[in-house]
Amino acid sequence: MNKSYSKAFLDLQKGFSMYGIWWGLAWQEIKQRYSRSVIGPFWITLSTGVMVAAMGPLYGVLLGQNVAGYIQHLAVSLIIWSFISGSINEAGSVFVGAEGYIKQIALPLSVYVYKLISRNLLMLAHNTTVVFVVLFLLPPKNFELIWMLPIGLVLVAGNLFWMALLLGMLSARFRDIPQLVSNIVQVAFFLSPIIWSAEMLPPGRRYVADFNPLFHFIEVIRAPLLGEPLHMLSWIVVASLLVIGSVSTFVLFARFRARVPYWL
Amino acid sequence: MPLVKAGHLSVDFPIFGMTGNRSFKKSLMNIATGGALAKDASNRVTVRALDDLSFEFHEGDRVGLVGHNGSGKSTLLQVLAGIYEPTSGTLTVEGRVTSMLGITLGMDFEATGLDNIYLRGRLMGFDRSVVDALVEDIADFAGIGEFLHLPMRTYSSGMSMRLAFAVATSVESEIILMDEWLSVGDADFVVKAKARLTSLVDKARLVVIASHDPAMIADQCNVVIHLEHGKIVSVTKN
Repeated sequence: MNKSYSKAFLDLQKGFSMYGIWWGLAWQEIKQRYSRSVIGPFWITLSTGVMVAAMGPLYGVLLGQNVAGYIQHLAVSLIIWSFISGSINEAGSVFVGAEGYIKQIALPLSVYVYKLISRNLLMLAHNTTVVFVVLFLLPPKNFELIWMLPIGLVLVAGNLFWMALLLGMLSARFRDIPQLVSNIVQVAFFLSPIIWSAEMLPPGRRYVADFNPLFHFIEVIRAPLLGEPLHMLSWIVVASLLVIGSVSTFVLFARFRARVPYWL
Repeated sequence: MPLVKAGHLSVDFPIFGMTGNRSFKKSLMNIATGGALAKDASNRVTVRALDDLSFEFHEGDRVGLVGHNGSGKSTLLQVLAGIYEPTSGTLTVEGRVTSMLGITLGMDFEATGLDNIYLRGRLMGFDRSVVDALVEDIADFAGIGEFLHLPMRTYSSGMSMRLAFAVATSVESEIILMDEWLSVGDADFVVKAKARLTSLVDKARLVVIASHDPAMIADQCNVVIHLEHGKIVSVTKN
């Protein structure tokens, strides 16, 4: 039993040390997707930009908000959401989609998870152009807590890592999981404060946001960027989820890591 | 000292879908209903691909795996390469392994031949600096000339195979695993390729080759293992 734990740990460690492979594959996949297109991966930026420009003024008015503040909120939220939802949606195929690799070359399984997270981080990086433009045109109240942004990002990326590993394993074994996940993610978009904000909720309904872990994921990145007050609950939830999720996923990974190639 | 050692090694492939328990719903139902259906779940259909194999390969061994289709040759190579961990039994592999399985894996047809040399090199576990030193030899051997700087989708299938072969055979290794003697390209290239592969195999300290070609096995191997239905039928040492 101890041996399977140390093998699982080695998988994660050796996988990480092969950053040349997963970082390279992540780039390669982005380049492949946009190969021979003139603006290439900046389509990611452009489509987000168009979405913000089109939805911002309309929904700001519809929801009776200050339009400038709403556009800030929407731009930042949408971009964080596409990072989170992209990672979770692709998690189901992290091993199933890499079947060709897994059956021909003995790489640590974690390589494919690192690849998935880094590809989504690269897409997030392309999207930050939109954030820069929006925050330049409509500067937030302050940048006092901006130093917390990297911490928030790391916490969220860490959470997405264990989720992708867990969902990847489950989906290799149970092929209904990816469908179920994409369904949940789709609904979560509307139930999470992205096109609306937690402040719009009447005080008695505040729990709709507070009980949604995705709200806290978004909040720890969004709040430092928009100079909003520190929301302690969000940081506690995100950090605890990271610990609980990582530990339980590690136990499952130790138990089932060697079975994954057999399930493909 | 390179060493490959197996003790009572077995590999079972689960077959999902036969009992219908690949779907999450069925598994949930099995938990929920317990008893009768749970028995169904534990009676999973499996295929025993390798059955209780014990062997030891040492420095200097040239092992030939022979047997009919489905006898377990390729699965054994995959197990030795570390792709599948044995379902039961033990396996020890000591030494740097180069697997010649899937030598085109990871090649990107939108990227140039040169980029692909680096892509393949990276997957084989080499740093950029190592590949830097090999590039010239690889490009030269593959003989694709100016095409090196063009996207691989412009290559003929023979040219891409030659490039893949040249990369796979560019670095010496302690242990080499090979599924069928690699043979690529036109008549001239086959001769060149055979010489290069032979010299690589000669320099390796331990080689395991699966093949259907009795002449090649007789020519290259000093240990012949005959597999049938995942079992070792005979071991012949020359």
